[in-house]
Amino acid sequence: MRTKRLRMVMSAMLVGALAAGCSGGGQEQTPQETGPVELTFWTWAPNMDKIAAVWNTAHPDIKVTVSKQAGGDEAAAKFLTAAKAGNAPDLVQAEYQMLPSFVAAEAVADIKGEVAGVRDQFSDGIWNLVTLGTDGVYGLPQDSGPMMFYYRTDLFTKYGIAVPKTWDEYAAAARTVHAKDKSVYLGGFSSKDPGWFAGLSQQAGAQWWSITGEAWKVGINDDATKKVADFWGGLAKDGVVDTQAPWTPEWNAALNGGKILSWASAVWAPGVLSSNAPDGKGKWAIAPLPQWSAGENYSGFWGGSSIAIAEGSKHKQAAAQFASWLNTDAKALDLLIKEAAIYPAAKSGQALMTTAPEYFTNQADFWQQATNIAGTARGFTFGPNVNVAYSAYKDAFDKALQNKSSFTDALGAMHDATVADMKKSGFTLAS
Amino acid sequence: MTKANRGARAYSAGATPYLYLAPAVVLFTLFIAAPRGYTPDLSLRRVQFSGLGLGKKSRTEIFVGLDNYRTAVADGEFWAGWLRVLGYATLVLALMLGLALVFALLLDSARVRLARFSRIAIFLPYAVPGVVATLLWGFLYLPSLSPIHGTLRAFGFDNVDLLSPSTVMFSMVNVAIWGGTGFNMLVLYTQLRAIPRDYYEAARIDGAGELAIALRVKVPILAPALVLTTVFSIIATIQVFTEPMTLRPISNAVSSTWSPLMKVYRDAFVTGDLYSAAATSLVIAAISVVPSLLFMRLVRRQAFGEER
Repeated sequence: MRTKRLRMVMSAMLVGALAAGCSGGGQEQTPQETGPVELTFWTWAPNMDKIAAVWNTAHPDIKVTVSKQAGGDEAAAKFLTAAKAGNAPDLVQAEYQMLPSFVAAEAVADIKGEVAGVRDQFSDGIWNLVTLGTDGVYGLPQDSGPMMFYYRTDLFTKYGIAVPKTWDEYAAAARTVHAKDKSVYLGGFSSKDPGWFAGLSQQAGAQWWSITGEAWKVGINDDATKKVADFWGGLAKDGVVDTQAPWTPEWNAALNGGKILSWASAVWAPGVLSSNAPDGKGKWAIAPLPQWSAGENYSGFWGGSSIAIAEGSKHKQAAAQFASWLNTDAKALDLLIKEAAIYPAAKSGQALMTTAPEYFTNQADFWQQATNIAGTARGFTFGPNVNVAYSAYKDAFDKALQNKSSFTDALGAMHDATVADMKKSGFTLAS
Repeated sequence: MTKANRGARAYSAGATPYLYLAPAVVLFTLFIAAPRGYTPDLSLRRVQFSGLGLGKKSRTEIFVGLDNYRTAVADGEFWAGWLRVLGYATLVLALMLGLALVFALLLDSARVRLARFSRIAIFLPYAVPGVVATLLWGFLYLPSLSPIHGTLRAFGFDNVDLLSPSTVMFSMVNVAIWGGTGFNMLVLYTQLRAIPRDYYEAARIDGAGELAIALRVKVPILAPALVLTTVFSIIATIQVFTEPMTLRPISNAVSSTWSPLMKVYRDAFVTGDLYSAAATSLVIAAISVVPSLLFMRLVRRQAFGEER
């Protein structure tokens, strides 16, 4: 009998411990509690924990804990899943193109009331990316990615080509270079980077999504984008641009070894070049993107992100305070530039960029150039299913590259997939 | 022990067995049964937006019956994925299990040297996680860094693209074989070591050589182990995910729906449609059971000597 009771007790303890293990960690802090407000912040910007530490020292009543995330599609999916499960972080770094899907999923909050004072810090184009053209404000702009043309000065001289002013000149130069050396390309077309293609389309004046009244208009296969797709399709078909997948060791080697002479990229490229192509230090320079017509001066955006506040956050006010500080305060902007290597979206932050990146020691006016180019960048409204469009881009253009088939058709497939998804989800579409 | 006696013992245990069982039951319910119940539930719904979908209350979850299943089954890309996986699975099954069997028989034969070393060398890749193995091979497939391409060039094969549409499947098969042969070999080898040596003695007296012993004695006795490894391999290969997923960023030839499971991943985590993903994954589960059951049925009598 004794052993039986002992057995019962032990089993009960085991079950109890298990139940405790399952229910632990569920406590939520209520606003009435004393002590500092605890905020969690998901971001992939490097050294953000150091920047948060500066805030935490100055604001003992609001403690921000940074949780480092991986960027890319997965970051957005992870946040949406967390929001659906009810355990989203208070603050989240959201790429501009993902913000509309976060808003549609009711995962991020409208913080118009909380950030009333900061509007003047941002240009209209950038502010539009966080309002989505509506009355709400769904995040604060952190950085932006105006696109520019990076090129190897030494190799341009070697192959006897000038910096292309127009895309026609770019095409001619691409043919010249590849004719001189079959293993060398002027640049590449990436079927893995829909954001890159979106930026080039913005430069051409595309409007992939727009809002007319209470309806969405999808224009992924508009004339401007078709022009861009045709242009790259022609070069890819003739084999005069590199079409391998970028961001691989193979691509790094080509970039580093002078097999790729230029890169239409964004303002954040110095970080990529210095780590992926270290041998090119001091040999690269920047110029505005080639233009569609001589005399024009436009650019687009590749990347850039905002800081949004989760709809489920219990401390929206405090979170908005932190987000405002991070993206508009002079000290915070300075830290963003120095610690996180970010090109701030705030106007005052851009003025703080003075010393050229170490990789560009040969180009002392790097930031003046970059700021000038940034002023010419035009964006477009992102729709609520950018993830679907971007996924379709990768599949359609991968296929077009393999089969050497028409890029216009690939663009059509991307457009159709996007429209079909919006229809299925019930969004109102303008006819 | 008499029947009555046994009954009395069970009675005296009271609630204790259930208490011991409870942790397992609770864990099973929380992490296996509940998600399995939730998946069919999810699969019958979807999100419906109205207007621009940006304002409050413009998003509702609606019941759509079997719509998600209809869409899943009607998608040509889903079946194209199955075809690709079928080709992949056939190659992997034949080559991997064939190699595993040959290695096991070789290691078991009396004449082999360095048996212990070979056994470990063949088994070791199994200890490498799939993602790591695929990355490792993926980098080897890229031309400018890889010794493979140098070797191919030496044999006169210039500019072979191991990641092109026509070759990428074989590149994946290679990774799967490299990683999986060792485990299967070990299962078969263990079974071989359990066979009494007298059988071979008897076979030798009857005049059988090593080859005849292997084919006429060892392989038939191995049948149950072969069935086991085949069923496991069928299940593993038709659920192929890691290899194509990891090769996708470095190749233009792997679409986001290359294998059926990749489609589920894309729906759930890239385009954010958990509902379609749930429906598709249930269809995949149903389809996956079929080849395993068919195979078991086919070999039941031969392998296990069961009556029909």
